[in-house]
Parts: sequence; C-alpha cells; structure tokens
Amino acid sequence: MTTTTLAALVPLLPFLGALAGLAVGRTAPGFVRPLAILPTLTAAVLAVLVAVRQGGGRAIDAATQLTPTGSVPIDLALHLDGFAVLVAVLVTVVATCVQLYSTAYLRDDARYPSYAALVSLFTSAMLLVVYSGDLMVLLVGWEIMGICSYFLVGHYWETPEARAASLKAFLVTKLGDVPFLIGLFALAADTGSFRITKILAAVANGGLEHPTLIALLLLAGVAGKSAQFPLHTWLPDAMAGPTPVSALIHAATMVAAGIYFVARLLPVFAASGAALVVLAVMAAVTMLGSGLAALAQDDIKRVLAYSTIGQLGYMSGALAVGDRGAAVFHLISHGAFKAVLFLAAGVVIHAAGTNSLAAMSRMSGLARRIPDAYWTMTVALLALAAIPPFAGFFSKEAVLVAAEHTALGDRTVAPAAAGWTILIAGLLAAVLTASYAVRLWLLAFRGRGAEVPDHGRQPLAMTSVLWILTVPTIGFGLTAGMLGDWFDGHGLTPSLTTAVLSTGVTLVGGLVTYGAWRHTTALAARTPIGAVAAHPGAEPALVEAEAMTSHTAVYGTVADAPDPADPGRLLLGPLHRHAVTGFHLDALYTALFVRPVRAAARLVRFLDREVVDTYANGTGSVTRLLGTAVRRAQTGNVQTYVSALLAGSLALAIAAVVFANVNAGS
Amino acid sequence: MHLAYPAVLAALLFCVGLYGVLARRNAILVLMSVELMLNAVNLNLVAFDVWLRDTLHSGQALTLFTIAIAAAEIGIGLAIVLAVYRNRGTSDIDRLRDTAETDEAEGNESPGKTKKAEATT
Repeated sequence: MTTTTLAALVPLLPFLGALAGLAVGRTAPGFVRPLAILPTLTAAVLAVLVAVRQGGGRAIDAATQLTPTGSVPIDLALHLDGFAVLVAVLVTVVATCVQLYSTAYLRDDARYPSYAALVSLFTSAMLLVVYSGDLMVLLVGWEIMGICSYFLVGHYWETPEARAASLKAFLVTKLGDVPFLIGLFALAADTGSFRITKILAAVANGGLEHPTLIALLLLAGVAGKSAQFPLHTWLPDAMAGPTPVSALIHAATMVAAGIYFVARLLPVFAASGAALVVLAVMAAVTMLGSGLAALAQDDIKRVLAYSTIGQLGYMSGALAVGDRGAAVFHLISHGAFKAVLFLAAGVVIHAAGTNSLAAMSRMSGLARRIPDAYWTMTVALLALAAIPPFAGFFSKEAVLVAAEHTALGDRTVAPAAAGWTILIAGLLAAVLTASYAVRLWLLAFRGRGAEVPDHGRQPLAMTSVLWILTVPTIGFGLTAGMLGDWFDGHGLTPSLTTAVLSTGVTLVGGLVTYGAWRHTTALAARTPIGAVAAHPGAEPALVEAEAMTSHTAVYGTVADAPDPADPGRLLLGPLHRHAVTGFHLDALYTALFVRPVRAAARLVRFLDREVVDTYANGTGSVTRLLGTAVRRAQTGNVQTYVSALLAGSLALAIAAVVFANVNAGS
Repeated sequence: MHLAYPAVLAALLFCVGLYGVLARRNAILVLMSVELMLNAVNLNLVAFDVWLRDTLHSGQALTLFTIAIAAAEIGIGLAIVLAVYRNRGTSDIDRLRDTAETDEAEGNESPGKTKKAEATT
C-alpha cells in the first residue's frame, strides 16, 4: 500500500470502529471491547508506519475533489509533513492506551459501549485534523471533537456538575469557533484556497491582505480549543468526566488541536507581528495564572488540569516566538507525560477512595499500595517540572531557547517583545510548575495518618499502559537532536544558559514547596479531614464519580478544601483565596455574560407571555364576544325566524324596485 | 273578468296566511295558514295563465304540482305535529324552543342533552 492509502486508513479505522461499536453495542456486548481497542491499535501501527515512511523528509501531498463546491474548492486532502506524522503517532498511541485503560476503569459501566465508541470517534476526528491538508476538512474534525468532548465530559450526566461542565466545555469552545470560522473564510478569501499548501504559498508571496485580522480571528478559536486565557475556564470543570477522558482530552486530542493548527499555519500568524505579541501575552498570562491556580486546587485532577493549561501556555509561547518545532516537541512530550499523570491519577483516586489532596495527605502507605502508579507518576511529575533528563526538560528547553533567541535578536521571526515576554513568563512559570508538582507528589504519596485500606492489585490493563507511556516520558527528550530534521530543520537542543537558569529556578520552586510542606505538615494531624468513597470490588470509575460528588457535598466546592496543612496555602498567602476560584474569572463571566443573557431571556419571556400572548388571546376573546352577540338572535322560536326572513325579503324587494326605478329614470 | 279581482283576492289570501304563520300559536293553525298561502299562489298561477293565454298552460300544470306537493307537505306536517303533541302534551310553537342558544348550554351541555333525550323517547 502507498503511504497515502495508509495515512487515509489511520483516521478511517477508529471512525469505522466507532460506528460498529455504536451499532452492535446493545446487541452484542462481547464485541465492544475488541471494537474499541483493535481499530485504534491498528491505526497506531499504521501511524507509526506512515511516520517511518515519511521519515521527516519532503511533505507528502495528496488530494481528491469529490464535487465542485463553488468559488473556493474543498478537497479531501492529506498533507503529511514531519509535524503531522509525529503528532498522529502520539494521538494514536495515547488513544490506544486510553482505550485499554478504560476497559478496566469502566468495566462495569452500563454506558461503556457508547463511551468507547465516542472515544474512537474523538480519536478519529483528531487524526483528521492532524492529517488533513484542507482547512474545511480540518474544521469537520475540529467540530466533531467539540461534540465528542461534550458527550464524554458529560459521561456522568446524572450529576449536575457533569451536565454543567459538558455544556460549559461545548459553549466556551463554540464561542471561539465562531470567530475561527469567520477567520477561515477571510483566509480563503485572501488566498483563494482552503488547501494548506496553497495558503502557505500565497502567504510566502505576500498574498495576505489582512494578516492581523485573520490571525486574531483564528486565535480566538485556538484559545477556545487549546484552553488559553481568556477561554480556558472550561478545562478545569471538564474534570467532571471520567479520568481516561481527561487523559485523552489533555494529552492527545482537543487541546492539542489548537496548538497544532497554529503550528501548521504559522506563516499566516507570523505575517502579523501584532498577532504574535497578542499570542505571547495570552500565553504568558495563561502560564502564570494557571500555575498559581494549580497550586491552590484540592482536587488532584484539577491540579493536573491547570497544569495542562500552563503547559499549553508554553506551547503557545513557542508559537508566539515563531518556533513551531519547539511547540510541537513540547506538545508530544507533554502528551506522553500528561497521559501518564492522568491515568495514574485515576489509579490513585481508586486506591485512596478520594480525589481530595487534603484527604490523601492524611493517609499513609498509598505509595506502597499502588507502586506502579507511584513510580510512573513520580517520573511524569519530574518530566512536568522539567528535571533533566526527562522529556519535559528538553521540550521546555526548546521553548525557552527559542524565546531567548528571539529576545536577544538572533531570531527575527517574531518581535523581541514577544521573546522577552515568553522568556520571563516561562521562567516564572517553571518555578510554579515545580512547586505544584512537588506539592501534588508530597500530599498524595507522603501523607501521614491512617493506613490506606488494601483494595487489592490494580487491574493489569490499567497499570501496564502507565509503564508503556512512561517510556516516552523518560526517553523522548533524548531524541531532541534528531527531531529538528523532522520539523523545521533547526536544532531543538538545550543551550547552557537557559538550561542552568530553568533547572535552577525549578529546583528553587521545588525546595521552597518542600520546606513549606515540612512546616505545615505538622498541622495536618490536628485537623482531621476525609471524604472517602471506598468500593474495593467495584469498577474504579464508580469510586471516582462518588468521590467527586462527595467532595462537593463535604467542602462546598470541588476546587477547595479548608485544609491548613496545605503548603499551597502557605506559599500563596492572600492569593490563595483568589487562586482557588481561578482568579474569579468564572464569577466575572457570570456577571458579564450569564446575567445579561438571563436578563435578556427574562425580557423575551415577558414579551412572549405578556405582549404576544395578549394579542393571541385577544383574537380569541373578540371572536367569542361577537359569538355571544350573534347567539342572542337564536331564540328557538320559529316564528321569529320567519318574521326576520319576511322582513329581509321585503327589504330586498323594495330595494330592487327602487334601484330599478332609479336606473330607469337616469 | 278583469285580472284585478283574482290578483287582489290572492294578495288578501296570502296576507291572511302570512299573518297566520307569523302570529298563531297552534301548530295546526300555522300549517293551515301555510295552505292558505299556497292556495293564494295557485290562484295567481291560474289567473295569470288565463290572462296570458298560454298555449302550453304551464300555470295550470304548475298548480297541479303545487297541490300535490301541498298534500304531501300537510301529511308530513300533521304527522310531526302529532308526534310532538304526544311527546310534549302541547303543540304550541312558541314553547318548542329546544334549539335556542342559552349561556348555560355552553359551559354545561347536560340540560340540552336531557331535553333531546326527552324528545326522542
């Protein structure tokens, strides 16, 4: 088979798997698991094969036109360059791991067939985005991901939090998608094509008339999908979904799509210095804000969610300084270690019976109960904090090096201001990243108090994928030297200055957090806290769902717990109160958007009930009134009727005579 | 004979019949008044037929029709009156007001229904 055929099969297989899974899910439950895993696994093998054949060389382009579509043609096109094939490998591998993990995690779930099918569809949509060489086809995958995330985040739709979170995820990303769509049309109007290759050629020839407008419109959609400030608020709430879904959304699909899209069309964005500066400021605010917020969260998954937002900030930062190689490098390494973190967090929640870090810090021996999750999570947290030699270190270094070069004027793709913004924000965010990573690790695995109850061994399907994904978490960074050839051709290796600087600040952040923890942990014994939902025999997902529900019931919110022993509380000081709520951004949006919309809805309701209905009812009552008047004549006396008939005929006769005479007279 | 005599007589007969239909209470007398009106028309038909010297005598033919129809009508009419009288014990026209529209009939249809039930038994 040719590489093109193989590449077309990669998104197609999970799609067919999803269709078949939905079709037979009810009638033949035995086929659901093979149908969930095998297509994704085959797609992963094929994606690796495509990557090997493509080999980072010249981009492979193939296109076919199904039907003429008016002014700007829409083609079914593939554009396979180094970025596409490597991201596709990441997507398929993580999706396969998530599917494997889900077979154990949701083993008794009544809705598992539709869940697995949606995960397959999600994967296929992301692969479509990755491989597509036509922006309209890319948009199809983009929107399918939106609706899949809605369904998957709302998997536990019995709880109001999950319903609210899925709606929020859908609406907030849609809010960005509207300008995104307009931006795509504007881009096509300027360049005359939806094909990526033609657009890039047109941009290279200076064919873009409104670069800033187009770039800013597209950035709105990217901010929504990739959870960048100010449209990031859906991501922490999306934790209401099951853990494997979080892993999928955060590591491989959905949030990666925005970054990947900018990476594909970077020359379009680079054509406008203003857009790059806006992107840089967006990335810097995202990095710092999410770092502070992550330090204050109590729910282990919300910490990871804010950390995803922060890492996506690094990727946007790399794009803002015009280095898409570094961005996609960080995207892939982040995908690997964030998948480990989420999947391990699922194991931790199952074993501890709670998702609250405050409750975990009051139980001991969690690390001994789940050694696989403990070790893989430790490695992944080290990668997250960018400690050498793990993958996160190299990819984050690549971002910082690009920022440094731009700031010092060695690279001229982006304005120096963007470089300085990203460099400084990146270093500050590195401190915060190290700090919340250390806090998470200490609170989860170094708790003191009652022994964790023994829930038996975790299922092999759950622990094995952790180790599979740990391999790239450890080793992927070492490929930094070769990766440059797959991407834009320039090196992604760390430079000494930034490496020393960032590792230094990371160590400072980690050590300060450790010191704070040593200081506060003595308080833990004095304030007992716990909300434990333990079902040793049940599927892990049930424990998680119960833990989330009880967390809200006990502490009032899923984000916070009144725990004086939390080192984050000591470190953040007065900021903690604001950081817990994500700096009141949700409250601000409520005041700015939700309340006006509610008021408008009330106005419409008033207009409908009081004004429109009055007219509608009025026609009815007027007719009724006329009817009552006419009914008076209906006396039931036949002689009255005949009298009226006589009077009528007389009147007609007289009129006829009179008119006849008048006409005769004239 | 001048045409005026039968014409005036027919007009007088018609008016008497009309008065009877509109003013009498007894249903039998109303039917009799209807007969008067029909015969006034018959008189006119015959008179004009003669006056116009119609070779086909269509006026006379029509009169025969009218007489036959009047006989049939009075037969059915009297039968109805008889049935109503047996049912109600009266044949006064202004007391047969079942079809009158009343305000109660709208909200609650039972009074009308019971009356109709009475009428059919």
